[in-house]
Amino acid sequence: MEVFDIFLLEAILNGLLLGGLLALLSLGLNLIFGVIDVVWICYAELIMCGMYAVYYLHVQYHWPLLAAMAAAVVIVAVLGVILHQFVIRPVLGAEPINQLLVTGGVLFFLQAAATLAFGIEFRNLGVTLPSIRLGEMSFSAARLVAFCVALAGMLGMYLFLSRSYLGTAIRAISQDRAIMPLMGVSPARIFVLASALGGALAGLGACLLVLQYDVHPAIGLSFGPITFLICVMGGLGSMAGGFIAAFVFAQFISVGGFLFHLEWGYVLAFAFFIAMMFWRPQGILGRR
Amino acid sequence: MIGNYPLHLMILVLLWGYIYTSWSLMGRLGLVSFGHGAFMGIGAYTVVMLWNHFGWSPWAGALAALAFAAAVAILIGYPCFRFRIVGHYFALVTLALSEVARLVIVALRDQTGGSLGATPNSALHGGATAAPGALQFSDKQVWFWIVLAFWLAGLWVWRAVDRSMARLALQAISEEEEAAASIGIHVARAKLRITLISALMTCAGGVLYAQYQLYVNPDTVSGIGISLQMVFGAIAGGMFVMLGPTVGAAFTLLLAEGLRLAFGNRYPALDSTLYGAMLVLFIIYMPKGILGAALEALRARTARPIAPRKSSGMPSA
Amino acid sequence: MQMLSLTKVCAGYSGFQALFEVSVEVEAGEAVAVIGPNGAGKTTLLRVISKLIGATSGEIRMEGASLARVPAHEVVSRGIAHVPENRRLFPRLTVEENLRMGAFPRAARKRYGERLEFVYGLFPRLEERRGQPAGTLSGGEQQMCAIGRALMSGPKLLLLDEPSAGLAPVVVQAIFDLVRRICAQGYTVLIVEQNIRQVLKVVGRAYLLEAGRIRLAGNSREFLDSQEIRKTYLGL
Repeated sequence: MEVFDIFLLEAILNGLLLGGLLALLSLGLNLIFGVIDVVWICYAELIMCGMYAVYYLHVQYHWPLLAAMAAAVVIVAVLGVILHQFVIRPVLGAEPINQLLVTGGVLFFLQAAATLAFGIEFRNLGVTLPSIRLGEMSFSAARLVAFCVALAGMLGMYLFLSRSYLGTAIRAISQDRAIMPLMGVSPARIFVLASALGGALAGLGACLLVLQYDVHPAIGLSFGPITFLICVMGGLGSMAGGFIAAFVFAQFISVGGFLFHLEWGYVLAFAFFIAMMFWRPQGILGRR
Repeated sequence: MIGNYPLHLMILVLLWGYIYTSWSLMGRLGLVSFGHGAFMGIGAYTVVMLWNHFGWSPWAGALAALAFAAAVAILIGYPCFRFRIVGHYFALVTLALSEVARLVIVALRDQTGGSLGATPNSALHGGATAAPGALQFSDKQVWFWIVLAFWLAGLWVWRAVDRSMARLALQAISEEEEAAASIGIHVARAKLRITLISALMTCAGGVLYAQYQLYVNPDTVSGIGISLQMVFGAIAGGMFVMLGPTVGAAFTLLLAEGLRLAFGNRYPALDSTLYGAMLVLFIIYMPKGILGAALEALRARTARPIAPRKSSGMPSA
Repeated sequence: MQMLSLTKVCAGYSGFQALFEVSVEVEAGEAVAVIGPNGAGKTTLLRVISKLIGATSGEIRMEGASLARVPAHEVVSRGIAHVPENRRLFPRLTVEENLRMGAFPRAARKRYGERLEFVYGLFPRLEERRGQPAGTLSGGEQQMCAIGRALMSGPKLLLLDEPSAGLAPVVVQAIFDLVRRICAQGYTVLIVEQNIRQVLKVVGRAYLLEAGRIRLAGNSREFLDSQEIRKTYLGL
């Protein structure tokens, strides 16, 4: 019985680590939604691009890992801007559902283009971080690193949004877009900035994921849906709500997976999401 | 008679055309479901599992699948419409549903074969070409007629829904004095009815798909991938016109097959890459889809010029 | 010296013209009111000046320089701050964050601390509530915050759109006292109001805008004495 408890504790702590990562992933999506009012369904595919960028720069071109990661963050940030300028901007005035669908088309495109360019093989970075033992429990250092970097990234984003002029403008624009020019703010520029930031967060997520998982063209599908559901459950656009929801979801996945089987953890999380939507459709901290 | 390959393509166009039509019944009302993969998966897997493990005939299995799909549709649809979960939120709730279906199939790998998929036990013994009781036919012509019948039935449902929607709209107007809440319930009930019809039709499509291909796989009959395929097939063709979804099915299939014939298997994802790019362009520049845009262009050419509409609505000065 | 001049400005929304050849001038240091009935185009006039909507013809000059090619978000850097109709604070930002948004232009950021002190000096109530979401303020406090936000950019010209609208009578009085104090500080003010009797006591000159056209122009004494104004707008 005691052994069982220690493994349950391990599962809970692993869930905590996973929660940090999921919170980072949902943060970028929430930022975009909060500012531009568009859900990037292809967000996880941008992360996939970032993972390939790290992989190719590090493994094929022998860049130092950190340099490859920094480049990946920049590359995905640029992808975010391209996505906004060429795909989102033309549909800003269209029906909201078309904005959702158009990024779904991008999802399709990126996935297929990655298959075309990189093949369907699973690619591994070949970097193994040790696991850390804590009594009977063991934790992968990659997860620990991911957790710490994710928390640091979120803290940085929080400081940026609460302290800087641009960050304040990003929060303000979701509350009253029409009068932003009176403040001397060009909404179009804030949109581009938010897209770049959202992309950079996806790139950061990619750097952390590629340490733990192999990259392949369909990898986006394995954590894309969960990221949206976290955002919706937290309340679309509410970064604090997404933060809470990420940790709740992670516990479902980790503990549910420990008690039953990995997929059942996800099934429980999704079922819980559906139930939550009926109980609180606007999300934990959402406004509608 | 035509060869097996063209026949196979026609069967697939009609089958997917039927499934996309089923999806569009909801989609054109603004109920954009990302969850239809769940209903297709329920249809395909219920039938195959009951046949393989319990020896249920697919006819009985299909009834069980339809009952199951109906229960799921009501379980999801009723609260959604009751609590007015619409737009983005509806799309994302149903997205969760399709993932639940896929994950449950994978998780039950001891029974379902997990992500490797499953094959229904063959009932075609000793050179037989048809086993109607097991819904297995090696002759593609039989399948052609079956699928054609379903496709036509799908179109008939589309027209029937059109008529009843018109009646509903009239009712809503005539019952204007009634309390707003009761009209809300009325609308919710109508939406639920459409959802039920659409889910059941998609479920039947899943049964047909499984029995025709004699192979099921969680990724090809359920999950976000197949759900998006339905959404985009319908959009590409045009979800607001009756034949639009079928045009979408034909377009995507011919695109894939054409590129495959042209390039062989050298570029395995070329068709989906082009398709993805086209989808993005469609949604931006041609949101009514291929057939929708074509019909509109035709109408614009034949219609007499109408006096330009004056914009109304005075902005507050 | 001339601060702002509009020459034969026409403007409108799709399919609806709101302003017809409107010409308005504001000298540096003076307070000018534009009065008129509801729907006369007063708000549109201010929105054209701050370029929230484009003029279809005519010319707008600020300190002699044309605003024709200035994008909306750079108008504030030319010294024009616009307090919009209904105040339009960011309800979920705090009072101080709202004020910070007012200091968004690069030049204004450098003097943020000093101007914040100035605004808090003008409205001590805002300092008490600096950490509170702006949406939780009372109507009068919100109007102070909106004016404070506009002052944070260090404007030469302040555009006020119906500052007294929707406020209780006693608060209206306070707001007009405030406007008078701001004018006394040396700001140039162009104010749009329906509360004609009050506003004419504050400003030196006024224009009467009716159905998108300037009907009358003169100093406020002349307005108060005019038979037409007294009959139609003051009910005397």
